[in-house]
Amino acid sequence: MSPADIQQLIDFTYIAAAIGFILAIKWLGSPVTAKRGVLVGEIASAIAVIATLSDPQVSQYKWIIITLIIGAAVGVPLGMVKMTAVPQRTALSHAFGALSAALIGIAEYYVAAPSVPRFQMAEIGLEVIIGSLTFTGSLIAAGKLQEILPQRPITYKGQNYVSLTVLAAALGLVVALVLHPEMTFLFPIMIGVALIFGIMLVTPIGGADMPTVISLLNSYAGFSASLLGFVLNNKVLIVAGALDGASGFILSVIMCKAMNRSFTNVLFGAFGQVQASAAGAKEERAVKSASPEDAAGILAAANTVVIVPGYGMAVAQAQHKVRELYDILTKKGIDVRFGIHPVAGRMPGHMNVLLAEADIPYDRMMEMDAINGDLPQTDVALVIGANDVTNPAARTDQSSPIFGMPIIDVDKARTVMVIKRSMAAGFAGIDNPLYYLDNTMMLFGDAKKFVGDIVRELSGGSH
Amino acid sequence: MPADFISSLFVFILSAFLGIELIKRVSPLLHTPLMSLTNALDAIVVVAAIIIAGRHETKLSTILGLVAVAASFSNMVGGFVITDRMLGMFKTGKAAKKP
Repeated sequence: MSPADIQQLIDFTYIAAAIGFILAIKWLGSPVTAKRGVLVGEIASAIAVIATLSDPQVSQYKWIIITLIIGAAVGVPLGMVKMTAVPQRTALSHAFGALSAALIGIAEYYVAAPSVPRFQMAEIGLEVIIGSLTFTGSLIAAGKLQEILPQRPITYKGQNYVSLTVLAAALGLVVALVLHPEMTFLFPIMIGVALIFGIMLVTPIGGADMPTVISLLNSYAGFSASLLGFVLNNKVLIVAGALDGASGFILSVIMCKAMNRSFTNVLFGAFGQVQASAAGAKEERAVKSASPEDAAGILAAANTVVIVPGYGMAVAQAQHKVRELYDILTKKGIDVRFGIHPVAGRMPGHMNVLLAEADIPYDRMMEMDAINGDLPQTDVALVIGANDVTNPAARTDQSSPIFGMPIIDVDKARTVMVIKRSMAAGFAGIDNPLYYLDNTMMLFGDAKKFVGDIVRELSGGSH
Repeated sequence: MPADFISSLFVFILSAFLGIELIKRVSPLLHTPLMSLTNALDAIVVVAAIIIAGRHETKLSTILGLVAVAASFSNMVGGFVITDRMLGMFKTGKAAKKP
């Protein structure tokens, strides 16, 4: 075969890979076919990689094989992390994806510099900027999620103007490079500015906004790969990047809707800051607190129970105790379901994987809209480590910073039980009127220990 | 404007629309595996990294290409491993009852 024939063959495998990617996402749509989706994605990726290795342009395999092995050696442990660490792992993988796209763009630039055609210069410039800012932004997000960095928003006066100026400077440098390709010294400056912008973009964003930010970074990582496809005229990169970018984009829209906020508000609003001041005005009111024995008694007498988990359940690692509670209540003939808010946790679908890890059947996990209609007929709503997503002020109090946000209507259940460490306000710093309702009982303590105590009471009382 | 650009744009627009339609249909139950799967698929940039590293045009381009090979291949492997693990955990009531 001539090199041109091989090239054509490789292009055909890329088309096959693109079909595989599309089928992979299609089949991931439902839990029944999802595994098949992963398999077809794996096969498609493997075919494309093997075909590329046989490309006549590629010579001297030694280092490529070594780096592939290094990649696999890093990737496997990152694939084996605990489910509670999935948000930071995801942020880290956005960083890796964006890094490789940026590095390839940089390599392309220096191979062609200083005589880079103008159009290609613009493409490379944008591609490297998006890749670089996604790289540092994702690292900051991963640091916040791993709690190496403070999760609270870090803000200062005039921050948004400074950030936007930095972004404008990076874009200005691309324009300068397009007009004056001989000024190659501007290229590393452009990279540096983009890296700094990525840090500035994510630093002011608080932990509770992480689901949106992770989705946005996902989208950027995808689009940087797509742009790289434009630079290299490689269509399979364009397809994979567009699918990834579209996925991140849709998820960010869903997350924003679930918080009743706009993109600009998430990126430039520094949410937690505003609310900290709103929380200062709260008055001391009486709450009813209850012991594990009381809670067990009420649960045992119920016919229907809805458990609403939040980030606090993940922090306390309480999901396995929750599964024991689920088992024991189900055995008593009580109907137990889980009501999951789209932004509960630190990334889209976070609660679902935690509960699935604890062996809770997925047909018991209900979306917010599916469970809300049933809550008025529910005997007990048990809130574990969730706060703002159950705050009825979002429905009633126009002055509340979260007014208009869709919530899980636990307050409509006959009895509400809230497991919480203390009366301290939630992550967003907003007081929650739910805790002062007549039908609400506060269960103060560590989520894992408290659920464990309830389980002990229930199993002790059953014989 | 290079002719390649138009055909690339064509592919991009169609893929993005297809992606939006497909992803809207993914159950919120699976949003975390969706993100890890699309991450793994996106790691197909490894093919571009292999070509850059394999061409040996300059020392710099080879080194950058090799780093990109490691970074993207770790995403490919890790993304598929974790997606597969997560999906293995999703069971229906009947399947979960089995030990």
